[in-house]
Amino acid sequence: MQEFEPKIVAFVCNWCTYAGADLTGTSRIKYDANVKIIRFPCTGRIDFMILMKAFENGADGIIVSGCHPNDCHYSTGNFHARRRWIVFRNLLNFAGIETERIQFSWVSAAEGFKWADVVNNTVKKIREFGPNENYKKIAVSTLFNEEGTSNE
Amino acid sequence: MSELIKKVTQLLNDKTVDVFIGYGKGSADRIRAIFVRSAEQTEKLVLNSACTQNLAGYILKQEVKHLGKIGVLANVAALRSMLQLASEFQVKDGEVLALFANPDGTLTEFIDFHSIEVFLTTTDTGITSDEQERIAQLEALTVSERWNFWNKEFEKCIKCYACRAACPMCYCHRCTTDVNQPQWIPVASHERGNLDYHLMRAMHLAGRCVNCGECASACPMDIPLNLLTYQLISPIKTGFGATAGMKADAVYALSTYKPDDKENFII
Repeated sequence: MQEFEPKIVAFVCNWCTYAGADLTGTSRIKYDANVKIIRFPCTGRIDFMILMKAFENGADGIIVSGCHPNDCHYSTGNFHARRRWIVFRNLLNFAGIETERIQFSWVSAAEGFKWADVVNNTVKKIREFGPNENYKKIAVSTLFNEEGTSNE
Repeated sequence: MSELIKKVTQLLNDKTVDVFIGYGKGSADRIRAIFVRSAEQTEKLVLNSACTQNLAGYILKQEVKHLGKIGVLANVAALRSMLQLASEFQVKDGEVLALFANPDGTLTEFIDFHSIEVFLTTTDTGITSDEQERIAQLEALTVSERWNFWNKEFEKCIKCYACRAACPMCYCHRCTTDVNQPQWIPVASHERGNLDYHLMRAMHLAGRCVNCGECASACPMDIPLNLLTYQLISPIKTGFGATAGMKADAVYALSTYKPDDKENFII
Protein backbone atom coordinates (compact mmCIF):
# COMPACT_ATOMS: atom_id res chain seq x y z
CA MET A 1 0.00 0.00 0.00
CA GLN A 2 1.13 3.46 -0.89
CA GLU A 3 2.18 5.67 1.97
CA PHE A 4 -0.25 8.47 2.79
CA GLU A 5 0.95 11.78 1.42
CA PRO A 6 -0.97 14.59 3.09
CA LYS A 7 -2.25 17.43 0.97
CA ILE A 8 -1.63 20.68 2.78
CA VAL A 9 -2.85 24.06 1.63
CA ALA A 10 -1.13 27.12 3.08
CA PHE A 11 -2.90 30.46 3.11
CA VAL A 12 -0.27 33.08 3.71
CA CYS A 13 -0.09 36.84 3.73
CA ASN A 14 1.75 38.62 0.99
CA TRP A 15 3.92 40.77 3.22
CA CYS A 16 5.42 38.44 5.81
CA THR A 17 4.96 34.72 5.39
CA TYR A 18 5.03 34.71 1.60
CA ALA A 19 8.30 36.63 1.72
CA GLY A 20 9.44 34.31 4.51
CA ALA A 21 8.70 31.28 2.36
CA ASP A 22 10.61 32.96 -0.44
CA LEU A 23 13.56 33.32 1.91
CA THR A 24 13.35 29.63 2.74
CA GLY A 25 13.78 28.95 -0.95
CA THR A 26 16.58 31.42 -1.59
CA SER A 27 18.37 30.11 1.50
CA ARG A 28 18.12 26.64 -0.08
CA ILE A 29 16.45 25.15 2.97
CA LYS A 30 14.63 21.97 1.99
CA TYR A 31 11.14 21.32 3.26
CA ASP A 32 8.34 18.91 2.53
CA ALA A 33 6.73 19.37 -0.86
CA ASN A 34 3.21 18.54 0.36
CA VAL A 35 2.30 22.15 0.78
CA LYS A 36 0.62 24.33 -1.81
CA ILE A 37 0.99 28.00 -0.99
CA ILE A 38 -1.77 30.47 -1.78
CA ARG A 39 -0.90 34.13 -1.41
CA PHE A 40 -3.35 36.54 0.15
CA PRO A 41 -3.04 40.29 0.64
CA CYS A 42 -3.35 39.92 4.40
CA THR A 43 -4.42 37.35 6.99
CA GLY A 44 -7.37 39.68 7.60
CA ARG A 45 -8.58 38.70 4.12
CA ILE A 46 -8.61 34.98 4.83
CA ASP A 47 -12.30 34.29 5.32
CA PHE A 48 -13.26 31.15 7.23
CA MET A 49 -15.25 30.05 4.17
CA ILE A 50 -11.99 29.74 2.25
CA LEU A 51 -10.66 27.27 4.81
CA MET A 52 -13.88 25.26 4.66
CA LYS A 53 -13.59 25.14 0.86
CA ALA A 54 -10.02 23.86 1.15
CA PHE A 55 -11.18 20.94 3.31
CA GLU A 56 -14.00 20.20 0.90
CA ASN A 57 -11.68 20.17 -2.05
CA GLY A 58 -9.54 17.50 -0.49
CA ALA A 59 -7.07 19.22 1.81
CA ASP A 60 -5.91 17.05 4.72
CA GLY A 61 -4.41 19.98 6.53
CA ILE A 62 -4.30 23.75 6.33
CA ILE A 63 -1.66 26.27 7.34
CA VAL A 64 -2.69 29.85 7.93
CA SER A 65 0.20 32.19 8.42
CA GLY A 66 0.86 35.90 8.45
CA CYS A 67 2.74 38.75 10.06
CA HIS A 68 3.49 38.72 13.76
CA PRO A 69 1.18 40.88 15.89
CA ASN A 70 2.12 44.57 15.55
CA ASP A 71 3.88 43.81 12.25
CA CYS A 72 0.87 43.83 9.95
CA HIS A 73 1.41 45.77 6.74
CA TYR A 74 -2.09 47.18 7.19
CA SER A 75 -1.56 47.68 10.95
CA THR A 76 -4.55 45.69 12.20
CA GLY A 77 -5.36 42.91 9.73
CA ASN A 78 -3.75 40.14 11.73
CA PHE A 79 -5.36 41.31 14.98
CA HIS A 80 -8.78 41.02 13.39
CA ALA A 81 -7.83 37.66 11.92
CA ARG A 82 -6.70 36.41 15.32
CA ARG A 83 -10.11 37.14 16.88
CA ARG A 84 -11.82 35.41 13.99
CA TRP A 85 -9.67 32.30 14.37
CA ILE A 86 -10.29 32.12 18.10
CA VAL A 87 -14.03 32.01 17.43
CA PHE A 88 -13.77 29.79 14.36
CA ARG A 89 -11.68 27.18 16.16
CA ASN A 90 -14.28 27.07 18.90
CA LEU A 91 -16.99 26.49 16.35
CA LEU A 92 -15.03 23.82 14.46
CA ASN A 93 -14.31 21.99 17.67
CA PHE A 94 -17.96 22.09 18.68
CA ALA A 95 -19.03 20.91 15.23
CA GLY A 96 -16.69 17.94 15.55
CA ILE A 97 -14.01 18.99 13.08
CA GLU A 98 -10.43 18.31 14.18
CA THR A 99 -8.92 21.70 14.89
CA GLU A 100 -5.46 20.12 14.77
CA ARG A 101 -5.80 20.02 11.00
CA ILE A 102 -5.48 23.79 10.84
CA GLN A 103 -2.12 25.18 11.90
CA PHE A 104 -1.99 28.90 12.58
CA SER A 105 1.36 30.62 12.75
CA TRP A 106 3.12 33.95 12.58
CA VAL A 107 6.09 33.82 10.21
CA SER A 108 7.90 37.05 9.36
CA ALA A 109 9.80 37.79 6.16
CA ALA A 110 13.05 37.08 8.00
CA GLU A 111 12.01 33.67 9.35
CA GLY A 112 12.87 31.35 6.49
CA PHE A 113 13.89 28.63 8.92
CA LYS A 114 10.68 28.96 10.92
CA TRP A 115 8.60 28.52 7.76
CA ALA A 116 10.40 25.27 6.92
CA ASP A 117 9.79 24.12 10.50
CA VAL A 118 6.11 25.03 10.41
CA VAL A 119 5.60 23.12 7.16
CA ASN A 120 7.62 20.08 8.21
CA ASN A 121 5.93 19.84 11.60
CA THR A 122 2.48 20.23 10.11
CA VAL A 123 3.13 17.58 7.47
CA LYS A 124 4.42 15.25 10.18
CA LYS A 125 1.40 15.90 12.37
CA ILE A 126 -1.09 15.37 9.54
CA ARG A 127 0.75 12.24 8.43
CA GLU A 128 0.10 10.79 11.90
CA PHE A 129 -3.47 12.05 11.83
CA GLY A 130 -4.19 10.38 8.52
CA PRO A 131 -6.41 11.48 5.65
CA ASN A 132 -9.32 13.82 6.33
CA GLU A 133 -11.79 10.93 6.12
CA ASN A 134 -14.78 12.75 7.57
CA TYR A 135 -14.77 15.41 4.92
CA LYS A 136 -13.88 13.00 2.15
CA LYS A 137 -16.85 10.85 3.04
CA ILE A 138 -19.37 13.63 2.73
CA ALA A 139 -17.61 15.00 -0.34
CA VAL A 140 -17.36 11.73 -2.26
CA SER A 141 -20.91 10.76 -1.46
CA THR A 142 -22.10 13.93 -3.09
CA LEU A 143 -20.20 16.06 -5.50
CA PHE A 144 -16.76 14.62 -6.07
CA ASN A 145 -15.48 12.03 -8.49
CA GLU A 146 -12.79 9.55 -7.58
CA GLU A 147 -9.86 11.82 -8.37
CA GLY A 148 -11.16 14.20 -5.76
CA THR A 149 -11.86 16.98 -8.22
CA SER A 150 -15.12 18.81 -8.22
CA ASN A 151 -18.00 17.74 -10.43
CA GLU A 152 -19.62 21.11 -10.07
CA MET B 1 -54.39 41.25 28.41
CA SER B 2 -57.08 43.94 28.57
CA GLU B 3 -54.35 46.32 29.56
CA LEU B 4 -52.47 45.45 26.36
CA ILE B 5 -55.54 46.00 24.19
CA LYS B 6 -56.23 49.31 25.91
CA LYS B 7 -52.65 50.45 25.46
CA VAL B 8 -52.39 49.41 21.81
CA THR B 9 -55.75 51.02 21.02
CA GLN B 10 -54.52 54.23 22.54
CA LEU B 11 -51.20 54.05 20.66
CA LEU B 12 -52.98 53.49 17.36
CA ASN B 13 -55.67 56.12 17.99
CA ASP B 14 -53.25 58.91 18.79
CA LYS B 15 -51.02 57.78 15.89
CA THR B 16 -48.00 57.10 18.10
CA VAL B 17 -47.60 53.93 16.04
CA ASP B 18 -49.08 52.97 12.66
CA VAL B 19 -48.68 49.24 13.08
CA PHE B 20 -48.36 47.15 16.21
CA ILE B 21 -46.74 43.71 16.03
CA GLY B 22 -48.25 41.38 18.58
CA TYR B 23 -49.39 37.80 19.03
CA GLY B 24 -52.64 36.47 17.65
CA LYS B 25 -54.42 33.21 17.04
CA GLY B 26 -52.96 31.10 14.25
CA SER B 27 -54.25 27.93 12.65
CA ALA B 28 -55.26 25.12 15.06
CA ASP B 29 -54.11 26.12 18.54
CA ARG B 30 -50.98 27.85 17.35
CA ILE B 31 -49.95 31.39 18.11
CA ARG B 32 -48.63 33.59 15.33
CA ALA B 33 -47.51 37.15 14.84
CA ILE B 34 -50.21 39.61 13.83
CA PHE B 35 -49.88 43.15 12.57
CA VAL B 36 -52.50 45.39 14.10
CA ARG B 37 -53.17 48.54 12.11
CA SER B 38 -56.40 49.90 13.53
CA ALA B 39 -58.12 50.09 16.90
CA GLU B 40 -60.80 47.61 15.77
CA GLN B 41 -58.20 44.94 15.14
CA THR B 42 -56.77 45.12 18.66
CA GLU B 43 -59.26 42.55 19.96
CA LYS B 44 -57.36 39.94 17.94
CA LEU B 45 -54.37 40.34 20.25
CA VAL B 46 -53.54 37.36 22.39
CA LEU B 47 -51.15 37.15 25.30
CA ASN B 48 -50.47 33.88 27.06
CA SER B 49 -47.65 31.53 27.95
CA ALA B 50 -47.43 30.26 24.35
CA CYS B 51 -46.46 33.72 23.13
CA THR B 52 -42.71 33.30 23.03
CA GLN B 53 -41.74 34.28 19.50
CA ASN B 54 -39.17 37.03 19.09
CA LEU B 55 -41.24 39.62 17.25
CA ALA B 56 -38.27 41.91 16.67
CA GLY B 57 -37.53 39.73 13.66
CA TYR B 58 -40.20 41.68 11.78
CA ILE B 59 -39.08 45.23 12.41
CA LEU B 60 -36.59 45.27 9.53
CA LYS B 61 -38.85 43.58 6.99
CA GLN B 62 -39.66 45.98 4.17
CA GLU B 63 -43.30 44.97 4.04
CA VAL B 64 -43.71 45.91 7.71
CA LYS B 65 -41.53 49.00 7.56
CA HIS B 66 -43.55 50.63 4.81
CA LEU B 67 -46.66 50.55 7.02
CA GLY B 68 -45.21 53.39 9.09
CA LYS B 69 -44.03 53.69 12.64
CA ILE B 70 -43.74 50.32 14.34
CA GLY B 71 -44.72 49.27 17.82
CA VAL B 72 -43.82 45.80 18.97
CA LEU B 73 -44.71 43.54 21.85
CA ALA B 74 -41.21 42.60 22.89
CA ASN B 75 -39.94 39.86 25.14
CA VAL B 76 -36.43 39.99 26.59
CA ALA B 77 -34.88 38.49 23.45
CA ALA B 78 -36.73 41.00 21.28
CA LEU B 79 -35.46 43.88 23.37
CA ARG B 80 -31.94 42.55 22.99
CA SER B 81 -32.48 42.14 19.26
CA MET B 82 -33.43 45.78 19.03
CA LEU B 83 -30.25 46.87 20.81
CA GLN B 84 -28.12 44.58 18.66
CA LEU B 85 -29.76 45.90 15.49
CA ALA B 86 -29.19 49.43 16.80
CA SER B 87 -25.49 48.71 17.33
CA GLU B 88 -25.40 47.55 13.70
CA PHE B 89 -27.07 50.81 12.60
CA GLN B 90 -30.25 49.08 11.44
CA VAL B 91 -32.67 50.77 13.84
CA LYS B 92 -32.55 54.39 14.99
CA ASP B 93 -33.27 55.46 18.53
CA GLY B 94 -36.99 56.16 18.94
CA GLU B 95 -37.83 54.52 15.62
CA VAL B 96 -39.51 51.50 17.18
CA LEU B 97 -41.69 51.53 20.28
CA ALA B 98 -41.48 48.41 22.43
CA LEU B 99 -43.99 47.19 24.97
CA PHE B 100 -42.86 44.62 27.49
CA ALA B 101 -45.42 42.53 29.31
CA ASN B 102 -44.37 42.10 32.93
CA PRO B 103 -45.24 38.82 34.67
CA ASP B 104 -47.74 40.66 36.88
CA GLY B 105 -49.77 41.75 33.85
CA THR B 106 -48.61 45.35 33.71
CA LEU B 107 -46.89 46.83 30.68
CA THR B 108 -43.58 48.63 30.45
CA GLU B 109 -43.16 51.01 27.55
CA PHE B 110 -39.72 51.58 26.04
CA ILE B 111 -39.42 54.59 23.79
CA ASP B 112 -35.64 54.79 23.65
CA PHE B 113 -32.65 52.45 23.74
CA HIS B 114 -31.31 53.80 27.00
CA SER B 115 -34.35 52.64 28.96
CA ILE B 116 -33.98 49.15 27.38
CA GLU B 117 -30.31 49.06 28.37
CA VAL B 118 -31.18 49.95 31.95
CA PHE B 119 -33.95 47.37 32.04
CA LEU B 120 -31.68 44.59 30.72
CA THR B 121 -29.03 45.16 33.39
CA THR B 122 -31.45 43.76 35.95
CA THR B 123 -32.89 41.00 33.75
CA ASP B 124 -31.77 37.43 33.23
CA THR B 125 -30.61 37.26 29.61
CA GLY B 126 -28.58 34.04 29.63
CA ILE B 127 -29.43 30.75 27.97
CA THR B 128 -31.61 28.34 29.92
CA SER B 129 -30.13 25.63 32.13
CA ASP B 130 -31.53 23.01 29.73
CA GLU B 131 -29.59 24.52 26.87
CA GLN B 132 -26.48 24.84 29.00
CA GLU B 133 -26.78 21.18 29.86
CA ARG B 134 -27.15 20.12 26.21
CA ILE B 135 -24.07 22.12 25.25
CA ALA B 136 -22.12 20.63 28.15
CA GLN B 137 -23.19 17.13 27.09
CA LEU B 138 -21.98 17.73 23.55
CA GLU B 139 -18.73 19.24 24.75
CA ALA B 140 -18.09 16.17 26.86
CA LEU B 141 -18.14 13.95 23.76
CA THR B 142 -15.06 13.21 21.69
CA VAL B 143 -14.48 15.16 18.49
CA SER B 144 -15.56 12.30 16.26
CA GLU B 145 -18.68 11.66 18.32
CA ARG B 146 -19.57 15.32 17.92
CA TRP B 147 -18.94 15.05 14.18
CA ASN B 148 -21.31 12.10 14.00
CA PHE B 149 -23.92 13.92 16.03
CA TRP B 150 -23.90 17.02 13.87
CA ASN B 151 -23.59 15.06 10.67
CA LYS B 152 -26.75 13.20 11.58
CA GLU B 153 -28.51 16.44 12.42
CA PHE B 154 -27.38 18.26 9.30
CA GLU B 155 -28.39 15.29 7.17
CA LYS B 156 -31.98 16.16 8.02
CA CYS B 157 -31.67 19.73 6.80
CA ILE B 158 -33.82 20.47 3.76
CA LYS B 159 -32.29 23.91 3.17
CA CYS B 160 -35.58 25.71 3.56
CA TYR B 161 -33.71 28.62 5.17
CA ALA B 162 -36.46 29.05 7.76
CA CYS B 163 -33.70 29.54 10.35
CA ARG B 164 -32.36 32.43 8.32
CA ALA B 165 -35.80 33.95 7.80
CA ALA B 166 -36.68 33.66 11.48
CA CYS B 167 -33.44 35.11 12.78
CA PRO B 168 -33.72 38.78 13.72
CA MET B 169 -30.02 39.22 12.93
CA CYS B 170 -30.17 37.77 9.40
CA TYR B 171 -31.17 40.89 7.53
CA CYS B 172 -28.58 41.04 4.72
CA HIS B 173 -30.23 41.75 1.41
CA ARG B 174 -27.80 39.37 -0.21
CA CYS B 175 -26.84 36.46 2.00
CA THR B 176 -23.64 34.50 1.31
CA THR B 177 -25.98 31.56 0.77
CA ASP B 178 -27.45 33.29 -2.27
CA VAL B 179 -24.10 34.15 -3.83
CA ASN B 180 -23.32 31.98 -6.83
CA GLN B 181 -20.18 33.63 -8.19
CA PRO B 182 -18.48 31.83 -6.50
CA GLN B 183 -21.00 29.31 -5.23
CA TRP B 184 -19.94 29.36 -1.57
CA ILE B 185 -22.80 27.18 -0.41
CA PRO B 186 -23.93 24.35 -2.70
CA VAL B 187 -27.62 24.77 -3.44
CA ALA B 188 -28.73 21.16 -3.05
CA SER B 189 -29.35 19.89 0.45
CA HIS B 190 -26.66 17.26 0.80
CA GLU B 191 -24.32 16.68 3.73
CA ARG B 192 -21.51 18.81 2.41
CA GLY B 193 -23.61 21.84 1.56
CA ASN B 194 -25.58 21.55 4.77
CA LEU B 195 -22.41 21.51 6.87
CA ASP B 196 -21.17 24.58 4.98
CA TYR B 197 -24.43 26.38 5.42
CA HIS B 198 -24.80 25.77 9.14
CA LEU B 199 -21.19 26.57 9.99
CA MET B 200 -21.42 29.73 7.95
CA ARG B 201 -24.63 30.68 9.68
CA ALA B 202 -23.15 30.10 13.11
CA MET B 203 -19.99 31.99 12.25
CA HIS B 204 -21.90 34.99 10.89
CA LEU B 205 -23.96 35.07 14.07
CA ALA B 206 -21.02 34.67 16.42
CA GLY B 207 -21.05 37.57 18.85
CA ARG B 208 -24.39 38.77 17.45
CA CYS B 209 -26.74 36.02 18.59
CA VAL B 210 -29.14 37.19 21.31
CA ASN B 211 -30.19 33.61 22.16
CA CYS B 212 -33.86 33.95 21.26
CA GLY B 213 -33.90 30.41 19.83
CA GLU B 214 -36.01 31.37 16.82
CA CYS B 215 -33.76 29.42 14.42
CA ALA B 216 -34.34 26.15 16.24
CA SER B 217 -38.06 26.68 16.78
CA ALA B 218 -38.52 27.63 13.11
CA CYS B 219 -36.70 24.48 11.95
CA PRO B 220 -39.19 22.00 10.47
CA MET B 221 -36.65 19.20 10.89
CA ASP B 222 -35.99 19.90 14.58
CA ILE B 223 -32.28 20.48 14.24
CA PRO B 224 -30.95 22.06 17.46
CA LEU B 225 -29.38 24.92 15.48
CA ASN B 226 -29.42 27.31 18.37
CA LEU B 227 -26.75 25.28 20.18
CA LEU B 228 -24.19 26.17 17.50
CA THR B 229 -24.51 29.88 18.13
CA TYR B 230 -25.18 29.57 21.87
CA GLN B 231 -21.95 27.68 22.31
CA LEU B 232 -20.01 30.68 20.98
CA ILE B 233 -21.55 33.10 23.47
CA SER B 234 -19.36 32.20 26.42
CA PRO B 235 -15.95 32.16 24.66
CA ILE B 236 -16.73 35.55 23.14
CA LYS B 237 -17.77 36.87 26.51
CA THR B 238 -14.77 35.54 28.39
CA GLY B 239 -12.30 36.19 25.58
CA PHE B 240 -13.41 39.58 24.35
CA GLY B 241 -15.77 40.79 27.08
CA ALA B 242 -18.61 41.24 24.62
CA THR B 243 -22.26 40.20 24.89
CA ALA B 244 -24.65 40.83 22.02
CA GLY B 245 -27.69 43.04 22.42
CA MET B 246 -26.90 44.71 25.72
CA LYS B 247 -25.77 48.12 24.46
CA ALA B 248 -27.09 50.15 21.53
CA ASP B 249 -23.64 51.59 20.85
CA ALA B 250 -21.67 48.36 21.29
CA VAL B 251 -18.90 47.48 18.84
CA TYR B 252 -19.17 44.07 17.22
CA ALA B 253 -16.65 41.75 18.87
CA LEU B 254 -15.26 40.48 15.56
CA SER B 255 -14.81 43.88 13.95
CA THR B 256 -12.55 45.12 16.68
CA TYR B 257 -9.52 43.72 18.51
CA LYS B 258 -7.21 44.15 21.44
CA PRO B 259 -3.47 43.90 20.84
CA ASP B 260 -3.28 41.44 23.73
CA ASP B 261 -6.12 39.09 22.77
CA LYS B 262 -5.27 35.71 24.27
CA GLU B 263 -4.91 32.54 22.23
CA ASN B 264 -2.87 29.39 22.67
CA PHE B 265 -2.79 27.87 19.20
CA ILE B 266 -0.78 30.23 16.98
CA ILE B 267 2.88 29.26 16.82
